[in-house]
Amino acid sequence: MKAIEQLRDRYSYGLTILRGLVKTDFKLRYQGSFLGVAWSVLKPLMLFAVMYVVFGKFLRMTDGTPTYPVVLLLGICSWNFFGEATSIALHSIVDRGDLLRKIHFPNYIVVVSATLGSMISLGINYVVVLVFAFFNHVQFTWRVLLLPLNVFQLWVLALAFGLIFSTMYAYYRDIAHIWEVLQQIIFYGMPIIYPLSYAQEKGGEIGKFARLELLNPIAQSIQDIRHNFIAPATQPTVWNQFGGWIPRLFPIVLTVVLIVVGVYVFRRNSKKFAEVM
Amino acid sequence: MSEEMTTKTMTFEDKPVVLSVDHVYKNFKLPTEQATGLKQAFINWTRGIKGYKTQEVLKDISFQVHQGEFFGIVGRNGGGKSTLLKIISQIYYPNQGTVSVKGKLVPFIELGVGFNPELTGRENVYLNGCLLGFTNEEIDAMYDDIVEFAELEDFMDQKLKNYSSGMQVRLAFSVAIKAQGDILVLDEVLAVGDEAFQRKCDQFFTDVRKDPTKTVILVTHDMGSVKKYCTRAMMIKDGEVAAIGDKESVADQYTLANLEAEQKKAEKQRAKEEQKGLYPNGLNEHCPLLRTINVSPLICKSSDTFRFDVEYQYDEPGDFYLAIALHDIARGGITYDTGAKTFKMTKHGHQTVHFEMPLNLFNNGEFRLFTSLRTQSAVDPNNTDLVAVAIDDNACTFVIRDERNRDYALLSDRAMTITPTAEESGVEIVDPGLLAQLRINAGEAE
Repeated sequence: MKAIEQLRDRYSYGLTILRGLVKTDFKLRYQGSFLGVAWSVLKPLMLFAVMYVVFGKFLRMTDGTPTYPVVLLLGICSWNFFGEATSIALHSIVDRGDLLRKIHFPNYIVVVSATLGSMISLGINYVVVLVFAFFNHVQFTWRVLLLPLNVFQLWVLALAFGLIFSTMYAYYRDIAHIWEVLQQIIFYGMPIIYPLSYAQEKGGEIGKFARLELLNPIAQSIQDIRHNFIAPATQPTVWNQFGGWIPRLFPIVLTVVLIVVGVYVFRRNSKKFAEVM
Repeated sequence: MSEEMTTKTMTFEDKPVVLSVDHVYKNFKLPTEQATGLKQAFINWTRGIKGYKTQEVLKDISFQVHQGEFFGIVGRNGGGKSTLLKIISQIYYPNQGTVSVKGKLVPFIELGVGFNPELTGRENVYLNGCLLGFTNEEIDAMYDDIVEFAELEDFMDQKLKNYSSGMQVRLAFSVAIKAQGDILVLDEVLAVGDEAFQRKCDQFFTDVRKDPTKTVILVTHDMGSVKKYCTRAMMIKDGEVAAIGDKESVADQYTLANLEAEQKKAEKQRAKEEQKGLYPNGLNEHCPLLRTINVSPLICKSSDTFRFDVEYQYDEPGDFYLAIALHDIARGGITYDTGAKTFKMTKHGHQTVHFEMPLNLFNNGEFRLFTSLRTQSAVDPNNTDLVAVAIDDNACTFVIRDERNRDYALLSDRAMTITPTAEESGVEIVDPGLLAQLRINAGEAE
């Protein structure tokens, strides 16, 4: 009992600030725009429409299953969350510099609040996906229950990258540009706009290694989300593509390593942020 | 007087220590080259350049603040005051030493931190409050007080960007002072706002002084507010504690340090101008040297006689005169002037002449002596022409500080009194000091 109370005392201040910052950020995100929060839904929908027409219809990258459009939308939403969360988190420490130089508060909160803001958008997007899924007659299974775990992993990944990059960005502004390019590489190195089977069939010799893409924890968690949420039958995951436990657990272990490194790097440098910015 | 002082010292030392700063050392790495990019960092690394120089801002600072104190921190610009304040507020971390705080410390390095123009007044109060570490329930409890104090009842649901700047400051200040922290840390917040606002600050500080549970740490340049509010003060100079303790003596030391620094600057300036062959402001080729130099110390008591020298160099033939004017810097105005043709100089060339004047007439204040060198006017026999004047660094500034004195008016009770007429029975003189002075004045008159 006492331990819980101590824990609450220690983190209640942080939680209060976190709540305040997330609320403010979300309120301000679409401030002054005519459609407001609707943009959270419209943006991925428009992107989805473009990609569906270009990659699905013109280039015929579909896997031929009826759930493909929903799976594509789900992938885009999830990736958008990751990209947005890391980008905002990357800038968060410097953007909140005025705060960090004037009052003392645990500054990891700034990064966490940046990723949580994107999490709200992700939630709204998933509701849209759910609506699409109903119209598409998707058969939900018990695996939907695993979805929170997968989303949590994706968030932890975003937070890990956010912590590392926001620290680096405080010292070197180049990181913002580097990360933009890296994001593109990671995006095309994952089966999001193309199904993994497409890469395996058309990739020739290299196609044999396409399943290695799933060892990337971002790809693994997004594929898990698709697999568990919409299409357990068609979506390849690290669990059904690899036999041994070592490759199966590799992305999870990597996620843990990344967040540990992120927290370590951030904590080591966070005391200096107010001075170096 | 001294008895009262000792009882005061006793009471604050009996109280528990709420802030303890122990041998704090802090340096900053100032980049010598622009190293915000990876490229520069890489180049510096390959060349083995560190890319920064280390500046020691705080060298070895130790002090303690007890509960209920109003503690002033003074010091010249660049002396490390603000850095110390940020270390106390845990925004910066010391390289060595420790800072320990008991209770809730609310720092106000700036008013309205985190205020967002796109949010309403109400939302900003809640955001600012939560950044300062208050829960929603605590802010709920303070909210009405805050709004009432800021006098913004009708505007709380307006966006902050529609507020006038005065309204914004009022809101920020209300949050600051209604925030129920145990230790308030204030950095020059008093310097902003209009007169009404200043009065509110004044009222607040007077109230908080009386509250034995609240501790205030105030960083300021303004000796007036140190003397008015503080119970104790500390002066920081070059990253070290130069003086700590009684606010009067600390304030005087600070004034002295400022005067000394000005003198040093003046000497440097003079040396530089001599090298260049330029004349300082107010001087020229006819009179290349004219300065007023103190002989007495720069801080005097009213009982002292202020002695000073005037050094000049004048080689042109003909009669010439020195005129000396005494200016009151704080209150403004010319306190005294010798008149243009009072002192006729008998020696040409490079000379130094000695003067003195009594200070008993004056209350506390800062005064400056301006000397001018004049010659007989060719057109008007009753007038003189100004040849040179010792202004800026060539003028002499001194300070009067005396326990017997007051600060407000120029003339002391010893020089001037207003008394009710002998027939007047409706006036009672309350201040016994003034009464005694009146008797002395009356005795002297007889």
